[in-house]
Amino acid sequence: MNKTRASGRTVGGLRTLALQAPAVTLLLLWMIVPLGMTLWFSFQYYNLLMPDMTGFAGVENYEYLLTDPALWAAMGNTLLLVGWVLAITVVGGTLLAVLFQQEFAGRGIARVLAISPFFVMPTVSALVWKNMMMHPSNGVLSWLFESVGLPALDWFSALPLTSIVIIVAWQWLPFALLILLTAMQSLDEDQVEAARMDGAGPIAIFFFITLPHLRRAISVVIMIEMIFLLTIFAEIFVTTSGGPGLATTNLAYLIYIRALLDFDVGTASAGGVIAIILANIVAIFLVRMVAKNLED
Amino acid sequence: MTTLGSKTAAPRSVTGWRSAQAKRAIITVLGWSVALVIFFPIFWMILTGFKTETAAIADPTLIFSPTLESYQAVHERSGYARFALNSVAVAFGSTFFALLIAIPCAYAMAFLPTKRTKGTLLWMLSTKMLPSVGVLVPIYLIFRDVGLLDTRTGLIIVYTLMNLPIVVWMLYTFFKDMPKDILEAGRMDGASTLQEVFFLLLPLTLPGIASTGLLSVILSWNEAFWSLNLTTSNAAPLTAYIASFSSPEGLFWAKLSAASTMAIAPILILGWMTQKQMVRGLTFGAVK
Repeated sequence: MNKTRASGRTVGGLRTLALQAPAVTLLLLWMIVPLGMTLWFSFQYYNLLMPDMTGFAGVENYEYLLTDPALWAAMGNTLLLVGWVLAITVVGGTLLAVLFQQEFAGRGIARVLAISPFFVMPTVSALVWKNMMMHPSNGVLSWLFESVGLPALDWFSALPLTSIVIIVAWQWLPFALLILLTAMQSLDEDQVEAARMDGAGPIAIFFFITLPHLRRAISVVIMIEMIFLLTIFAEIFVTTSGGPGLATTNLAYLIYIRALLDFDVGTASAGGVIAIILANIVAIFLVRMVAKNLED
Repeated sequence: MTTLGSKTAAPRSVTGWRSAQAKRAIITVLGWSVALVIFFPIFWMILTGFKTETAAIADPTLIFSPTLESYQAVHERSGYARFALNSVAVAFGSTFFALLIAIPCAYAMAFLPTKRTKGTLLWMLSTKMLPSVGVLVPIYLIFRDVGLLDTRTGLIIVYTLMNLPIVVWMLYTFFKDMPKDILEAGRMDGASTLQEVFFLLLPLTLPGIASTGLLSVILSWNEAFWSLNLTTSNAAPLTAYIASFSSPEGLFWAKLSAASTMAIAPILILGWMTQKQMVRGLTFGAVK
């Protein structure tokens, strides 16, 4: 027993390597191969509709993409979509976490109902909202608007991006709530009690104790949501198809149009590279934070 | 649900007790209103599934005569079962392979750590940051060339790799939380590595492995980027089937609702059961 212990270091190292090898190899392939191909294609003339035109394109795909007004429209839409959904879900999620932390009758069931949208597949949430909620003549929202004397709204033509923001925020608010509620569990109740004894009101307690306590969890929520929100696709695919015009085309949808509808592999790949760079800027911060956490 | 809750201060007087009562009532009303508003679209969808197509587009009402005709229509006319089977095969298939590959890896990382373990873990996390749309073109072309487009195998491969980092991370945090003394004691009593794994490690970490598996099933079941782009009809799972209702011709809200209800019910229930463990997996252990 002791003998193996003494030499355990190298033996353990070998065993560790062998046990990790399948997972590491597969992930390495999954990352390197498509990434390399995307990079390669982005510098090539490659259009499935024009098979004769091939070869090195230099930065032409990037030039073409960067001078295309559609790209800037898509970038703007991506930023608006991510920004608004983040604002709504983080502020809303924090307030709801505080609310659902209070004890009340049936709290368990209320919590479960409130986090449910997160488990609904994106195509279902998008279509339920598009049809049953936001339909201009038969939707529940129109009926509500009309019953208080407001004109019914044709959501997807009057406020297309807002409609997408509402749907996506509805899906991700429960995520923020779920994470922040979990983080709330470790809030030191004695500290809150002490503050209350010292005469701190609920608002002071929220700003000086709860919010600082949640700071880390909130940044985790922001970064994870950013990674997913940067590439929202299904919700747009089944509701507006990026329209009207380019009103709801985000970067992910633009790449999809270029690749699978226009068959322009080169330009789509250049778009892919841009999306990867954007996501990586966010990812660096998230990985750093998790790394710090790993040390504690 | 957790049992942790805020302890309320002992009431000091009758008026104090009264205002505490009032506060409690306000919070109850507020909490329930918020929960019901958020849940409403799901509730409405479930309700609409039991309506006729005419009733589905009529003015909103809670009073109607429920019917199962939409459920019947979805089953008989659109072949719902085939899509459901694809979803089940893809979600459970990818989860099986992800666990198979991840368990040895997470075991090694938690119990036989080396200097490189931390770096490997972080690198795995970083592969998850690669936006799927960035690699859509190459994956699509590879799949086209090797004949994996619109096959279950293709989707299983993509989902296995997509979820692998999360599965490794989550298992790692579970293995890491396991008391080392128990393994040590087993070793003292002369247990071999295999015995250690099968009689100590697996039984003790089974809850953790199960909830990791459930998270992987949930994520694969609801995935809609690859399923929409890589399948057409043969291997289309429920996410893609539901998307076919988006065609503008005609309104089939009752059928859409019935199909959607069936598609989300199993995952909704799984999600309710595993919400606490999900936080661990979704935040890579950064929030516990």
